[in-house]
Amino acid sequence: MSETLVGAVRDQQSPLLEVRDVTKTFHVAKSPSGNNRLRALDGISLTLGRGETLGLVGESGCGKSTLARTLMMLERPDAGTVLFDGTDPFAMHGKELLAWRRRVQMVFQDPFASLNARMTAGEIISEPWRAHRDMYRSSKDREARVHELLHLVGMRPSDARKSPQEFSGGQRQRIGIARALALDPDVIILDEPVSALDLSVQAQVLNLLNELQERLGVSYIFISHDLSVVRFVADRVAVMYLGRIIETGTAEEVFDSPRHPYAAALTSASPRLDRSTAGRDKIILRDEIPSPLDPPSGCRFRTRCWQAQDICAEQAPPADQAPGSPLHLSECHFPLDTIRVRSGELTPTP
Amino acid sequence: MSTIDTASTPSPVLDVKGLSVTLRTPRGTVRAVNNVSFQAQAGKTLALLGESGCGKSMTAKAIAGLLDPVAEVEEGQMILDGQDLATMTARQRRKVAGPQLGIVFQDALTALNPVYKVGTQLGEAFRIHQKLSARQARSKAVELMQRVGIPEPESRVDAYPHQFSGGMRQRILIAMAVALNPSLLIADEPTTALDVTIQAQIMALLRSLREENNLAVVLITHDLAVVAEEADTVAVMYAGNVVETGTVAEVFANPRHPYTRGLLESVPVDAVRGSTLSSIPGNPPELHNVPSGCVYQSRCPLVQEVCRITRPELLPVRPASATAAPGVHHPGTVAQAAACHFSEELAHV
Ligand SMILES: Nc1ncnc2c1ncn2[C@@H]1O[C@H](COP(=O)(O)OP(=O)(O)OP(=O)(O)O)[C@@H](O)[C@H]1O
Ligand SMILES: Nc1ncnc2c1ncn2[C@@H]1O[C@H](COP(=O)(O)OP(=O)(O)O)[C@@H](O)[C@H]1O
Ligand code: SF4
Ligand code: SF4
Ligand SMILES: [Mg+2]
Ligand SMILES: [Mg+2]
Repeated sequence: MSETLVGAVRDQQSPLLEVRDVTKTFHVAKSPSGNNRLRALDGISLTLGRGETLGLVGESGCGKSTLARTLMMLERPDAGTVLFDGTDPFAMHGKELLAWRRRVQMVFQDPFASLNARMTAGEIISEPWRAHRDMYRSSKDREARVHELLHLVGMRPSDARKSPQEFSGGQRQRIGIARALALDPDVIILDEPVSALDLSVQAQVLNLLNELQERLGVSYIFISHDLSVVRFVADRVAVMYLGRIIETGTAEEVFDSPRHPYAAALTSASPRLDRSTAGRDKIILRDEIPSPLDPPSGCRFRTRCWQAQDICAEQAPPADQAPGSPLHLSECHFPLDTIRVRSGELTPTP
Repeated sequence: MSTIDTASTPSPVLDVKGLSVTLRTPRGTVRAVNNVSFQAQAGKTLALLGESGCGKSMTAKAIAGLLDPVAEVEEGQMILDGQDLATMTARQRRKVAGPQLGIVFQDALTALNPVYKVGTQLGEAFRIHQKLSARQARSKAVELMQRVGIPEPESRVDAYPHQFSGGMRQRILIAMAVALNPSLLIADEPTTALDVTIQAQIMALLRSLREENNLAVVLITHDLAVVAEEADTVAVMYAGNVVETGTVAEVFANPRHPYTRGLLESVPVDAVRGSTLSSIPGNPPELHNVPSGCVYQSRCPLVQEVCRITRPELLPVRPASATAAPGVHHPGTVAQAAACHFSEELAHV
């Protein structure tokens, strides 16, 4: 194991996807302190098993989309490795690389926002085949597959001829999912897939995603700010803060017994239906997320942490296993053990 | 159609009665807000809850006098501190906006003017309504920034909106809304665009402002959990209509409209991973397609013939606990009401 927090190794021999110590730096305009290197990912490690869902949570700018783009091979890490089925796709070129790219697909918040309004749903779904010409050679095969995919996501064959404006948000998201499925991927990265949808429709799409996973055995990386949604879909959860995973474990471990103060604050701050006490028991953090151009020394959460000590500014905290739960890991010098967010005992409070 | 027993409640800061708003669209004139009534009390939060497009913002804009030119108040009263806003001239309404009524929108970046310093924008209210000098207004602006928790206000008062984070911009908007100590604050999805920990900060700020100033707050949201945590009373909107209203405690514990019930069941609270969430089939009707009869009929699991013919009125429901008589409630509370022919049946589900 490296120094960084390693995503659960689980009992599986070979995870589908394994990310080790990945770092990604962007060169940007100089900050007031003169730094122009923005480390969007700073030592990310995680694993993803077949048919598994990993929930990825964290505030905007923490690196979720950069991580997603890296796994899609749209960004090359500066350091660290990505292993897909034991192979490093970044070492491949040409056709091999293309074949690998097929295996990870993505669903965005609104699949049509970035697409030509003059395309039909059928054209949108079959668009990925333009880069992968070997998949469905005849137009007849392609049409049949489009109809199958529409059926799979609960829509009608006749919908293939309609244009984006004719669909509701939920239907558009179904089409976005069908498009992601077009290349038979092993992994689908879902970036806030239901946050633009109304609650009643959100439930329809979440049910569809669960059903598809069961039928197809596809793995998901599910990015969302809504912790109740993540809890519903995810087997395991990773919490990111300023380019690093600061806590990981099962959804229950992380949300019910968070060990890292940031994970505790996030859980506690999330609105909950069963809390009618006007949020009085919430941990309200001070300040805001610091600029990723000038991350704090030592523990990156220390500027907002209510229990920071001198050592937090001096040393980056090592990965720490929760007692009795070796796969529940966090990076804090003083991990919480008394906190039980859902039962309302918030000790300590800031 | 009065559903709320005003005799026994303290007189509300805002009393909206039978408000209807029409909208001119290329496909004809439609009603975006239909016969909407609710009240906001001093020191309390009323939530307007509903899905996208149901008419929440339109209702807020009608009250604030900020309707788009294509929209128009067709009918109804909006009584603020005893005066009906609906009968006022534009000039009179401008005098009310600020000293009596403040409004905060979701998108703080577009709501602020990018070419003026925030201090100038914050001080404007004082220059216009209190005729303060630029220098006096500036020091008022610094005070306000302090009050809403913006660090180092003296040095940041001369910064421009883009130099602030989303959370800080939302604080600035809130500061502008409460600058002249209004009695009513309307907050339209004030935290939707913000991260969770910043959302919690902003909601805490709104709560403390409400408590310190005895503000009546109308909180517009599509998030049931935010309603559960922040609001005292709720009006659930669907396709331009209020379909259920009452205290949050009552409505969420015993929803008496199938739509409210469907929404509550769609939330993945403690849902077992891999289980099937209950969901509402279909989508809300489009405005030019709202059916006669019940607005919810196309999605309602309990729909009967009568629902297609007669539109149910928003009427007080018999309390789920059979002890109290219908419509009778304690002073200061709001009776639960629902617009469904079968709301009584729902009490026993
Ligand atoms: N300027 C306008 N022109 C045409 N239609 C409009 C206009 N403003 C609002 N509408 C329509 O009026 C209805 C109600 O709009 P409103 O903005 O009040 O909904 P909302 O509940 O606030 O929705 P959201 O949560 O999406 O903001 C919607 O169907 C909307 O499309
Ligand atoms: N192409 C890019 N060039 C420069 N900075 C970038 C680029 N992509 C992302 N970043 C920066 O990297 C950080 C992480 O971004 P991102 O992964 O998009 O965050 P999230 O998706 O969690 O909102 C942010 O500070 C963002 O501004
Ligand atoms: S290491 Fe220190 S500053 Fe960081 S989260 Fe733990 S206690 Fe807080
Ligand atoms: S009136 Fe009929 S259709 Fe409307 S909500 Fe009640 S049962 Fe459903
Ligand atoms: Mg992103
Ligand atoms: Mg709105």
